[in-house]
Parts: sequence; structure tokens; C-alpha cells
Amino acid sequence: MAELFQTRNTGHTIGRVIVYGLLVLVCFYYLMPLFVMVTTSLKSLDEIRAGNLLSLPQDPNLDAWGKAWSSACTGVQCEGLAGFFWNSVSFVVPAVLISTLIGAVNGYVLTMWRFRGSDLLFGLLMIGCFIPFQVVLLPMARTLGAMGIANSTAGLVFVHVVYGLAFTTLFFRNYYVTIPDELVKAAKIDGAGFWLIFRRIILPLSAPIIVVSIIWQFTQVWNDFLFGVVFSSGERQPITVALNNLVNTSTGVKEYNVDMAAAIIAALPTLFVYVVAGKYFVRGLTAGAVKG
Amino acid sequence: MDLTAQRVTLTGGDGAGAEAKPRLADRIDAWLPKIVLAPTFVCALVFIYGYILWTAVLSVTPSRMLPKYEFAGLVQYEALFANERWWLALKNLALFGGTFVLVCLAVGLLLAILLDQKIRGEGFIRSIYLYPMALSFIVTGTAWRWILNPELGIERLLHDWGFENARFDWLIDPEMSIYTVVVAAVWQSSGFVMALFLAGLRGIDDSIIKAAQVDGASMPTIYRRIIIPSLRPVFFSSFMILTHIAVKSFDLVMALTNGGPGFASDVPATFMYSFAFTRNQIGLGAASAMMMLMIVVAVIVPFMYSELRRPRHG
Repeated sequence: MAELFQTRNTGHTIGRVIVYGLLVLVCFYYLMPLFVMVTTSLKSLDEIRAGNLLSLPQDPNLDAWGKAWSSACTGVQCEGLAGFFWNSVSFVVPAVLISTLIGAVNGYVLTMWRFRGSDLLFGLLMIGCFIPFQVVLLPMARTLGAMGIANSTAGLVFVHVVYGLAFTTLFFRNYYVTIPDELVKAAKIDGAGFWLIFRRIILPLSAPIIVVSIIWQFTQVWNDFLFGVVFSSGERQPITVALNNLVNTSTGVKEYNVDMAAAIIAALPTLFVYVVAGKYFVRGLTAGAVKG
Repeated sequence: MDLTAQRVTLTGGDGAGAEAKPRLADRIDAWLPKIVLAPTFVCALVFIYGYILWTAVLSVTPSRMLPKYEFAGLVQYEALFANERWWLALKNLALFGGTFVLVCLAVGLLLAILLDQKIRGEGFIRSIYLYPMALSFIVTGTAWRWILNPELGIERLLHDWGFENARFDWLIDPEMSIYTVVVAAVWQSSGFVMALFLAGLRGIDDSIIKAAQVDGASMPTIYRRIIIPSLRPVFFSSFMILTHIAVKSFDLVMALTNGGPGFASDVPATFMYSFAFTRNQIGLGAASAMMMLMIVVAVIVPFMYSELRRPRHG
């Protein structure tokens, strides 16, 4: 840690004031869109037209929220986001759990049971993190069709598990590398098998990285738009796609308050996770970054 | 990578025959790690490498609505590069990617340095800078589309503040609409870059800085000559991640400008989606996807190569 302003004098104090001032100013910049979203969602359309972005709602009400949840149009149908919200939940939960579980076992093999070529396999898998997914969309669309799981929950779970594995494996591998060898070696000498060691020794140590992996995957899968828009349609779409449809559906007047309420609804689950477990979220982000 | 030579694994590969005949259960045990890893390996092989190959094959066929597996040479690539919309998408990617990466690096580094001054409430401030990262690009796009609304958004705000002639209609200005994507993308990703730089700053050895101070170097000089150069690996990984976000950027453009006005803010990802999935031009879509892959490879590989060749220190 190094300080720009060293000496204790007026220069120092002025420096501190400038630093704090800048930091707070930037805080406003980051918070402004959230503030605008929340206040806009609580205003009536007339009030939106009369006021400006930063004016506070005079008569806050949840009408726009109700409409966004249950009656706003997302294309041809006008049933709000509720159904799409549960769509997302129904494929996000299995996709997150399965990819985390497989990632944990993969990480375990790649650190405690290395074999010739296992690092090469890991490298091959990691390159998967770098490809732009556009390059797999067309074949995957054909495959899902051929497997009969196009436009289904199973199809989205499958896609998200397959392309999430690289990251979950990376998380667990990098975490298990730090567990001392001796622990596992001793267990092997005592005759403990592959699964026993995993269950009794490795899993009990894994709580933090499981949380990191679940949060990372949850955020990624919930926020995904590309796979959702390509591999699902109509009533099956995830909430991100429905939100985009809602905003782009032009029937009569543009209801900005409903748009904002819908956007917040779509953001709430991940925001909630961030507020509750931000520490782990950041750890996932930086762990994902170390790969570079 | 630190491959361990000293680790004794149960699966000796070729050397296994030298041991006494193992029991069947032991043999299964010995193969278990490979069996467990096999599904993931097969997935990667098929769904990453196999599919890249498949897309490459599609890109040299005349496929339109349905795949048609006849060799057609490079007609799709010729069509692609004769398409003005593709050139516009490439130009936009360069403009967007370049500005986005530079601004994020600058903002991220500056914020990290400011936050590294023994700030009270650092954790709280940091979590404010980072929360946009938890949002979907679709949410970000929707929010900024409203904020940048040419009539009721920032322009109105400026009018209310007394700048009566202020104009802020980038969203509907073909020349400027791609920069609205930069504004929103920077808002979303710069906090993340800050977190990376901050972690880097915390990892610097204090004694070097102390030594420089004893030698009479001023703090700005120490930052310029010692601290920032030693953050090189952070620049490296941030650059990789940001470039990657830029090339993949699809959701944000869809939500914010929908490629518009007209095609003015099209990027390769929206171009690919539009041709492959809504205009039934599978061959052309595949060719554009291959070009996107090549762009990523062209940017990242030389960079990785030059970085990994450098001797590791600091």
C-alpha cells in the first residue's frame, strides 16, 4: 500500500479531501442509473413527461411494477414477466448445480489424481473460455434439434452446463491446488479410494469455492441473453429475452416506468446475491481473471 | 504451470505393466480418475473443437435456410467482405473495442490508486463500484437506453439545469450511437477492472517503495516508475478480459441500440445473429462467426505470446 500524499501538512489534508471527493463523485456516477431506474419505476407516465431523470416521484406507486410483473406485453402475449421469471429459475437452478458438481470432481481429478496428459486436457478445456460463442451457435442449434430438446428447459440446462464447465473446473482446480498433498497421500496409503477421499476430505474443505462457483454460474446463467435468444422461443424464453422483448414491443405509448420496473425485476436475483455474498462474487470474478 | 514430477499417481500409464498383477477392483480404481474426467473431455472436444470445425465447414458451403453440405469455396467470405454492413460492424467493433478497453483501463487504474490511499469505508465504496458487474447487459442496456433517451433523458436534465440549447441525442445519431454502447459498457465493467488493479496494488512489495522513498523519489515518480510498471500482469489480464467482452458484446448492443439507428451501431456479434438466425443465411452467418473467432485469436494470441515470453518477475 502506498500513499500519494506523504507528509502531514496542509498539502496532505487538501490531497485527502480531493481523493475522498473524487471517490464519492464516482460513487454517484455508479449509483445514478440504479437511482434513475428505481425512481422512474415509481412514477406515473405523466410525471415522467413533466419531470426529469433525477426528479423524485411525487406520488410513488407500484402500478408499473404490477404491470411489468403480470400484464405488460412481451411481443404478442401480454402476461408480464412472471412466467419468464420462473422459466429462468427452472433452468438456472439445475444448470448451476450440475456444472458446479462436475466442476468440483474435475478439479479434484486434475489436482489429486493427475495422470499423463491431464494438464493438457485442462489446457484444452481452458481455451474454451476464450472462444466467442457465436462460433458454436449454429451447430448447437442443429444438435439440440436432433436431440429433441430444442426450445426446452433441458436444452438450456444442457447448453449452460457444457459451456460453464470450463469455468467451474478452473475454480475448483485452482482451489484444490492449494490443499496440501500430504492429506490425500496419507489417505491413499491408508487405502481410501477415489470417492471416499473426495467425500471425506475434499468436500468438507470446499465450502468457500462451492459458494464462489455457484454465485459465478448463477450470475452468468441468469444474465445470459445469447443462448436464451437463440435456443428458445415464445413462452419458453428466459427473463433477459423477455425483458428485451418487453422494451421493444411498441404498442401505443412507450411506458418507461414499466420498462424500468421490468429491468429491476430481471436484475433483482443477481443483485440480491451480490448484496448477500458480494465477497464471494468478487472472488469468482478475480479467479476467472487469473486464467489470463 | 508447475507440473509435479515427484507426485506418484496410481495410474502409471505405460509403466503399469511392471507391477504385480493388480486386482480388478484396483484396476477400476486406477482408471477412475480418467473415467470421471472423460465426459468433460468429450464435451470440450465435441462442443468446442468439433463445433468450431463444423462452423468452419458450414462457412464454405452455399447453405442458406438449411445446411447444404457442398463445397462452395470461399463464396461466403467473398459475400461477407462485399457486404457494407459487415464493414460497418468491423469498424464499430474497432471503435467500440478500442475506446472501451482504453477507458476501462484508465478508469480502473485511477480508481484503484485512489482507493489504495488508506480510505475509510473502502469496502463499501468498492462494492458500489462493482455492483454493475452483477447485472445483465440487457438490464444495463435497458437502463441506459432510458437515461440516454434523446427527449426525456439527459438532454431534458441539461435543459432543466439551465443549458437550454444542450443536445444529447447520441442514441439516434448514426455517427455517435456506437459510443452510447461504450458509455454503458464502461459503466458496467470499469469497477471490475478497478478490483483487478486494486488486488495488483496490494500485491506489491512495500519494501521497494520504502527504498525508493529513502532515495528521495517523490510519490508520483514512484507510481510512474515503479508501481504502475509492476502492474504489467494486471494490465495483461484486464486487456484480455476486456477485449473478450468487446468482441462478444451482443446483449448490450441489442438492448441499447438494437444495432440502430439503421445499422449504424451493428457489431459482428449482432451481424452474425441477424444473418444466421433471422435472415436464414447460415453460410454467411457461419463465415462471420469464423471471422469473429479469428479476430479473438489475432488479438489474443500475439499478446499472450509476447507476454508469456517475458521472464517472470515482480
